Amino acid sequence: MRTPVVDRPDAPFALPNLQRRIISLTVYLGFSALGVGVINGLAQALNYAGIDIFRYYPGLRTYYEGLTVHGVFNVIILTFAFANGFVSLTTARGLNRPLNTGLLVAAFVSLLIGSLLAAGAILSGHASVLYTFYAPLQAHWTFYLGLAFIVVSTWITSLNIFLAVAAWRREHPGQRIPLLAFISACTYIFWDIASLGVAVEVVGFLLPWSLGILPATDPMLDRTLFWFTGHPIVYFWLLPVYISWYAMIPRQVGGSLFSDTAVRIVFLMFLVIIPIGLHHQFVDPGISPKLKFAIAFLTFIVFLPSLLTAFSVMYALEIGSRRNGGTGVIAWFFHLPWSDPSVAAQLLAMLGFMLGGITGLMNASYTINLEIHNTTFVPGHFHLTVGTAVALSYMGIAYWMVPYFEQKDLWNRKFALAQSWIYFIGVLIFARGLISGGLAGMPRRTAISLIDYPKPPGWFEAGIMTGVGGSMMFIGAAMFFFEIFMTTFFSRRTEIPDIPFTDTIEPPAAAGFAVNLDRFRYWIVAAIVLCVIIYGPVIGRHIPPNFISPGNANY
Amino acid sequence: MDRYERAFFWFSAAMLGLFLCVLAYVTVGMHIRLPGPSGRIIPAPGQNLGAAVLATAPFNHPGLRMIGPGEYEVVMIAQQWFFFPRRIHVPAGSRVTFRVTSADVTHGFFIPGTRVNMMIIPGYISVETYRFERAGDYRIICHEYCGLDHQTMSAEVVVK
Repeated sequence: MRTPVVDRPDAPFALPNLQRRIISLTVYLGFSALGVGVINGLAQALNYAGIDIFRYYPGLRTYYEGLTVHGVFNVIILTFAFANGFVSLTTARGLNRPLNTGLLVAAFVSLLIGSLLAAGAILSGHASVLYTFYAPLQAHWTFYLGLAFIVVSTWITSLNIFLAVAAWRREHPGQRIPLLAFISACTYIFWDIASLGVAVEVVGFLLPWSLGILPATDPMLDRTLFWFTGHPIVYFWLLPVYISWYAMIPRQVGGSLFSDTAVRIVFLMFLVIIPIGLHHQFVDPGISPKLKFAIAFLTFIVFLPSLLTAFSVMYALEIGSRRNGGTGVIAWFFHLPWSDPSVAAQLLAMLGFMLGGITGLMNASYTINLEIHNTTFVPGHFHLTVGTAVALSYMGIAYWMVPYFEQKDLWNRKFALAQSWIYFIGVLIFARGLISGGLAGMPRRTAISLIDYPKPPGWFEAGIMTGVGGSMMFIGAAMFFFEIFMTTFFSRRTEIPDIPFTDTIEPPAAAGFAVNLDRFRYWIVAAIVLCVIIYGPVIGRHIPPNFISPGNANY
Repeated sequence: MDRYERAFFWFSAAMLGLFLCVLAYVTVGMHIRLPGPSGRIIPAPGQNLGAAVLATAPFNHPGLRMIGPGEYEVVMIAQQWFFFPRRIHVPAGSRVTFRVTSADVTHGFFIPGTRVNMMIIPGYISVETYRFERAGDYRIICHEYCGLDHQTMSAEVVVK
């Protein structure tokens, strides 16, 4: 007896066509941002190989303007758009009920306005502050306003999701929330708390400061608020992908998820342990090393749910492989449906994430950070996480989701498969280059092609690998857009009534401790208490804020 | 949860615990420390940060000084887009304490091949000590984006 992760699995999916269309536009907005982002990504990668092509880019003046575009479009607009669209879809399917159309439109419009404002500020050369926008480098106020709109769009999406879950609970008193809806809601509850840091930073300080209402700002406070959100944000990129890995991929490979409870615990661990952003400030002055060690400890704890995910997802894959005749200790892995582009892209994303996870743990390893902080080791790491685990999974998801949105067949499966492999091999070469460069002391976010000192040993080889791998990633990404374009406009019409979802072998418990997992309010309180314990003293030292820095726009 | 799940959980937790013990040993036993609180620059009301830096000891006298046999202190100011002083000379085997602050925006202070790696944040003083055992030219690199000419912001430690 297996339990589906959604309510009424056999009933037709109750999502109105109009809502499906708005969700698809939200996702397409994200992919458009990815397109702009990767065009700049190519120039970034070639920069490491010593080739400066920025001057040939229309509308771009400097390396740093291009880097700001790359960061903001790829890891803010793309990820938020994808999460808003995809998690709305999974919530609706999990509960099998429509969402609120008005809120879906509002979230889309807010995201669109925010993206246009931020894009305008960056592309006119008035916001070359990178996606971390550290004060006192000051962007035009429209950049900060745009960011605010983008974050608000995620809050509107949250509201939509929570209203749907609340309505379902009223209609189903005493029942466990279907797993797919639970992990979707959990992702947005987590994000709402995590996003408060950057919200206070942008709306409370940077926006009034850029408008001249505040004459100066407190760079250390801004930075601390940024990283309060800036680390959890990586889980906001990742959790929608985990939703796919847990609740969809097992079905796509013909398997089942083993334990319902384990998945809920994993998502709740992310929700409760939010305040670990200080590990991005390990080499900052003014923060006690003892607190930094405590943060290293907490960060290691947050590594646990990802290790558990590796176990559960691998288990689900193995179940699928064996049901279809897979055998052996390792050989079953090669028996998975590698010819399905949606599956292959996400399996490759998982393999990349193993390397990304290990290098991430190294970043967080306290004193090891002295060796690699702000070197290219860091982008080497996060192109394996957000650049592979997340981006390549988005592509894999798109290979069933775009056909579902458009009610059309995927245009060319072989082409889509080649796309994923080229991107994956590219990112491995690329990340190998950046990681070795970082160990040889190459700084990140630096126009290496324009440095005025001789390159230290190791930088040249690292730069070549980065340039070659990055070019392959660019080709892979371009193939993705071609595939999506052809599917949308030139593919055969077909009927796709539903989205993939799996079932669990161990059902959600009807009684006992596990029932409390669904009582979000306990976990929200726990998360807030932990945030106050960790960040209370750190933020407390900035009351009142130490306003010492007027704006600086020398970029 | 399943038996295997439990076993995997505890195995993972034990592995992470072991890593943390190693890190604790590195910092307590081998004295490799992260930067911490080591002074502030507090501008007077109406005073700008750059002026406050130049009025705060020891930044009123930036440069290298010997503070004991084989022990040096270098007081440095980071600003768009250079470090001052730009070059210092010390004999091999010297223990050098870097005391650095920013006159404008956030900068970085990183010497590849050593464990000198710190952020330079407006209003804060960053301090790190390192023993240069081998002769050679060590480059100090600003590794935090600080504006248009960030890539040219570097200085040198010449160890003879």
